[in-house]
Amino acid sequence: MKGGQALIKSLINLGADTVFGYPGGQVIPLYDMIYDSDLNHILVRHEQCAAHAADGFARASGKVGVCIATSGPGATNLVTGLSTSYMDSTPVIAITGQVPGHLIGNDAFQESDIIGITMPITKHNIQINNQNMIPAYINSAFEIASTGRPGPVLIDIPKNIQEAELDEYNDGKINLEGYKPTKKGHKMQIKRAYETILKSEKIVILAGGGIILANATNELNKLAKLISAPVATTLMGKGIIDESDESSLGMIGMHGRRASNNLVNECDCLIAIGCRFSDRTTGKLDEFIPDAKVIHIDIDPAEIGKNVNVDIPIVGDAKIVLESLIKLLESKKINKSNLPWVNYYKTKNKKGRPQISFEDDELLKPQQVLKELSEVINKDTIITTDVGQNQMWMAYAFKSSKPRTFISSGGAGTMGFGFPAAMGAKVALPESDVVSVCGDGGFLMSCQDLATVKEEDIPFITCILNNNYLGMVAQWQRLFYNERMSHTYLGTTPDFVKLGEAFGINSERIEKVGETKEALKKALKTGEHTLLEIVIDPNELLPMVPPGEGINNIVGEKSEDGD
Amino acid sequence: MNKNHIISTLVKHESGVLQRVSGLFTRRGFNIESITVGESEIDGLARMTIISHGDEKSLEQMLKQLNKLIDVIKVRDLNVETTIKRELCLIKMSTPTEKVRSEIIQYTQIFGGKILDATSEDFIIEITGDSDKINSFLDLMRPLNIKKLSRTGPTAMSKSTRC
Repeated sequence: MKGGQALIKSLINLGADTVFGYPGGQVIPLYDMIYDSDLNHILVRHEQCAAHAADGFARASGKVGVCIATSGPGATNLVTGLSTSYMDSTPVIAITGQVPGHLIGNDAFQESDIIGITMPITKHNIQINNQNMIPAYINSAFEIASTGRPGPVLIDIPKNIQEAELDEYNDGKINLEGYKPTKKGHKMQIKRAYETILKSEKIVILAGGGIILANATNELNKLAKLISAPVATTLMGKGIIDESDESSLGMIGMHGRRASNNLVNECDCLIAIGCRFSDRTTGKLDEFIPDAKVIHIDIDPAEIGKNVNVDIPIVGDAKIVLESLIKLLESKKINKSNLPWVNYYKTKNKKGRPQISFEDDELLKPQQVLKELSEVINKDTIITTDVGQNQMWMAYAFKSSKPRTFISSGGAGTMGFGFPAAMGAKVALPESDVVSVCGDGGFLMSCQDLATVKEEDIPFITCILNNNYLGMVAQWQRLFYNERMSHTYLGTTPDFVKLGEAFGINSERIEKVGETKEALKKALKTGEHTLLEIVIDPNELLPMVPPGEGINNIVGEKSEDGD
Repeated sequence: MNKNHIISTLVKHESGVLQRVSGLFTRRGFNIESITVGESEIDGLARMTIISHGDEKSLEQMLKQLNKLIDVIKVRDLNVETTIKRELCLIKMSTPTEKVRSEIIQYTQIFGGKILDATSEDFIIEITGDSDKINSFLDLMRPLNIKKLSRTGPTAMSKSTRC
């Protein structure tokens, strides 16, 4: 057995039978071996899309996503994707070819120091220089990528190692004595959290993406009910709680709902789980949760106390810690449902729900589009967004109800992510409907992969919210830079319908209220890939907290009740 | 309050580990005064001693972030009071006159140093000790014209029986 075959065998043994990749000089031996294997290889049209697709695959399924690229430019094209996975803690394995061992360091053709390049954007990376170690390294890479705080791991395999004969295929692992994620929370700290919860009268739960990664959604909802606390989520936490529920406050932060931002700031106890208090979440730190005792549960000790001072730190897996906490709370019959806070937050939350119906406006509003989208999809439909206004409209006003159905690039804010991520999600869960919501700017950054979608038959719906602007930057220019629209007008190129058609994709332009709904219905029925260019009002602004201000100071919110 | 911290780590003795550690410090904006690496008592592991300057919060982040590196096995913040720090310094001094030669020899003896090599034109001197001692020695040598200077940066060991 050769190195490449050992790699393929290990991947299949680990259940990673689907990979996204692009061949090139230094992976020809590996691809020659893939030719005879059971690996389901999806040929993308740009390595960045392989990385994003692997990421979308991982986010949708909870499994490890795998991508393959050749050395040099192939490997460096993965960088943005890996950085995206790293910031949002998704388990991805990137396999790169490398020039043969004897050429490393000689500036050989298509050589790049991909280990050095990806050190700061991977959880770990390894160059394998002994073919016999391939199975052990792959096993360990999967362990590192998928346990603790998940993240991307890159494995660099020189061409000669791919071709070298193994003495023996030895499963096993490398010694990872420096890697021991804490899963069970500290008993005393959980007890302290429990005591604080008993004493507190205005509790808010802040739920982050870590809950989805730990598959702790049920536990989170159980805790919220048990202590009658409302749940605000971060962007990455969307889907943890059914957002139509009266105790769901929606997203907090720069583009959060006013009710959500205000209630979080009014609480006397914040239970933050699986979130990292990013600047987009907290706004000005001095004005964030002024009166709250903070309980922070996270599997990454470095996140605790990094941005926000914490009273009760609990390092551990969200599911395990929440189970213990719930057990303690259940041992004592607590009833917080009669606290004035409960009525207060419910009333406040009922008011100021974002207005999404704009049926009378001449230009189509993005809110109206997402309303029509909401009306035709089901609870299992996976939505991916790109980055910018399209993303924040969805995060702000679209109601998710299940984990892993709202996929978005959070920390890295990677334009061009949404479309390939949808590709990965659809490949992971072919039975689910997938809708990718993009802007015109972001979609163009990865549109070449329409070819992949066509050739590999990956049917999902791409909605391009076209306002001819780089919308989010344009919004900042309108609000904070005296309307000096420096380089944010993208013009009217391309004709997205013709672009879609050039790739053989059903494409349609939408300009009026009601058309989105009809087109989506039709597309879902045909089961074929469909591209919808939805022309929207370029002047519609998102409510937002001006940069550098506290999250109470949200401006521009339009609510159903005009409040 | 900003203070000097001595961070002692046990790391895999492999290529790239130093880059992982120094890259982490650069990326997170932590400062490194000095870093020394060498064999440890355990086969395959090296001990890396990092001297850094920062407040308590950045120290906490340094320790936590270092711990997250897969190739870092152990991280300790050593108590400055109960830790022995030593560094090695090599100095090349020009010796133009007999007077200078004898002055250098005397100072070197006082500081417990050694003259490792002597030619008609220069001496190479070795001094070990904590950073203060080396600084004092260098203060004496500077007026006599230091030709070359090479310091290792401190390595450290706690006097505590537990670590």
